[in-house]
Amino acid sequence: MSTKLTPILTKFWDDPQSWTLATYEKHDGYKALKNALTMPQADLVQLAKDSGLRGRGGAGFPTGMKWGFLPAPDGGPRYLVVNADESEPGTCKDIPLMMAAPQLLIEGMVVTSFAIGCNHAFIYVRGEVVHVYRRLLRAVEEAYAAGYLGKNILGSGFDLDITVHAGAGAYICGEETALLDSLEGRRGQPRLKPPFPAVAGLYARPTVVNNVESIASIAPILLNGAKWFAEMGTERSSGFGIFSLSGHVARPGQYEAPLGITLRELLEMAGGMRDPSKKLKFWTPGGSSTPMFTDQHLDVPLDFESVAAAGSMLGTRALQIFDETVSVVRAVSRWTDFYAHESCGKCTPCREGTFWLKQIMARLELGQGTQDDIDKLLDICDNILFRAFCPLGDGATSCITSAVQYFRTEFEAGMHTPAATLFPPAASTLFAKETVSA
Amino acid sequence: MISTDGSPNYGVVPSPDTEAYPDDVLTSLRADAAEVIARYPQARSALLPLLHLVQSVDGFVSPRGIELCADLLGLTAAEVSGVATFYSQYKRHPNGTYTIGVCTNTLCAIMGGDEIWDFVSAHLGIGHDETTADGLVTLERIECNAACDYAPVVMANWEFFDNQTPQSTGQLVDDLRSGTPVTPTRGASKVCSFKEVSRVLAGFHDGLADEGVGAGPASLVGLKVARAQSATKTRAAKAAPGADTAPTAGTLFEAPKGTGKAKKK
Repeated sequence: MSTKLTPILTKFWDDPQSWTLATYEKHDGYKALKNALTMPQADLVQLAKDSGLRGRGGAGFPTGMKWGFLPAPDGGPRYLVVNADESEPGTCKDIPLMMAAPQLLIEGMVVTSFAIGCNHAFIYVRGEVVHVYRRLLRAVEEAYAAGYLGKNILGSGFDLDITVHAGAGAYICGEETALLDSLEGRRGQPRLKPPFPAVAGLYARPTVVNNVESIASIAPILLNGAKWFAEMGTERSSGFGIFSLSGHVARPGQYEAPLGITLRELLEMAGGMRDPSKKLKFWTPGGSSTPMFTDQHLDVPLDFESVAAAGSMLGTRALQIFDETVSVVRAVSRWTDFYAHESCGKCTPCREGTFWLKQIMARLELGQGTQDDIDKLLDICDNILFRAFCPLGDGATSCITSAVQYFRTEFEAGMHTPAATLFPPAASTLFAKETVSA
Repeated sequence: MISTDGSPNYGVVPSPDTEAYPDDVLTSLRADAAEVIARYPQARSALLPLLHLVQSVDGFVSPRGIELCADLLGLTAAEVSGVATFYSQYKRHPNGTYTIGVCTNTLCAIMGGDEIWDFVSAHLGIGHDETTADGLVTLERIECNAACDYAPVVMANWEFFDNQTPQSTGQLVDDLRSGTPVTPTRGASKVCSFKEVSRVLAGFHDGLADEGVGAGPASLVGLKVARAQSATKTRAAKAAPGADTAPTAGTLFEAPKGTGKAKKK
């Protein structure tokens, strides 16, 4: 293990009352803003570009470039919308970040808004985490009281209001244009691109949509310099990121590390597999929408390029770890239920495709599959991938095609034997040991 | 859902609650709504919080609440209804005082969510989106709630109950039904009612933000490892003066590149 962890966003999460402004100010809070307000806006955009920061919400689009796509100011409003609708299965970094350190996000938003010329920014947080919503409301309130938000911020002449908006339960609203429709008070369905949000986003005005972790990284970058950030990670995947380990590991949780760290290193830090006698079977590098990996991929550097070269995507660095007690058919079947449930219904390949995938996965899980089912699954996936209106449909196919690639025999067994017979579910549970030893 | 008399059900359970709002309720709803609408550059953006507000009074998205939202925003009732039916947090029939959501997405399900679901569903004698006869608990299978490092997770009125077992969740629902105080693992000091939480989600503080922990244990594991690594490095550096030690100027953060070579162990 040679890579070292880099607690930057997570640095003071264990402070008592880490979420308050007082704690944040003790940890260099709002120093970056004071610098930013004296800088030309273009320099801030350039700084983001120079740092090499790529979107932390999954797609990995360069953040500074996104800001740079806004057309020249025309006197009308421009918006920053923070995507805090964290719902990708396995992903659990933004919610703890906003619970423990919401001021990091607020400061990043003020800096970003200043850089792009926005006077009204929004946080779209999923509605199913009421305490995180409370913390955000409180953080915004404290920032207003301290003069970091509102009119004439720190005497700079710059004005910014932030509205914290709660969603109401819909995975699709994590897709940026669906999020914008939802924020406009509509059903959260994706929009045709182009026009991209940079040109016609919220209320058809130029809009930047960024992930929570991306925006929270802005203040540390400003404080320490683009070079500091760019020196971390790999050449094209610079900086640090929060890696979320879950499932069958000894110490699941959040590990903030330079991009390019490997699962082998992370697993070692996390105390190895939960039960050392059970081997790692499969894992997701970045949530359920990224093709799964197996124990062959322990040494793949977890950066955008290396993960892509190995056939998957870095996504949200949501490392869901499953040991050999788990039926891959059962896991995929449940993810497929999820995509069918969350498909917004706008486009036919995804709406109809996920519906049929779900039926087929269900019968394979019950050991009632037919001889044609594997081919049929792959054929349906082929008809969804790159034909769906947005990436939700593509994501629905990832776990299926990758699972068939690595574990085809298990799918074949689904023609005659229930998954629960081959892999008794009780053995996989957190409380399995208690049950067994009792 | 299939209706009991076998007739087709188009998705909205007809509600007996068609009475108009009493005047005082309507007055305060309109005052709150004005505050919500004022947060946005365009009024329609207020629709999602307004639907949460309706739920804070009626315990579900009621026909009269839909009419009110339509009136406030200059929309048709059909437009409001179309939005309300898209989102899973908006209830189409009266909700229990407490929503118990068991995560049965893949990771939680495998870590024990399925067993928790089976146990609690049998224990309460209700299935998904059903409510106990005493009107206290509505049970739901929920999708990933962004707490996978605490799997299996159960949400009570959208507060986190981490690392659950069938027994612990059984105890949780028993306590909620008997009025015994319960404390979320990471959240406020108590579980507020569905209506109270709906009011918060409409953007009205309940003053509980400073309660509870900043981070649970799993959120801090990496930080602990990092501190141990850093302590090891400092010791190594002291043993070998001149070795690369210093974090770069102006920062409390470690610069990892180049420092990774410091001897460890």
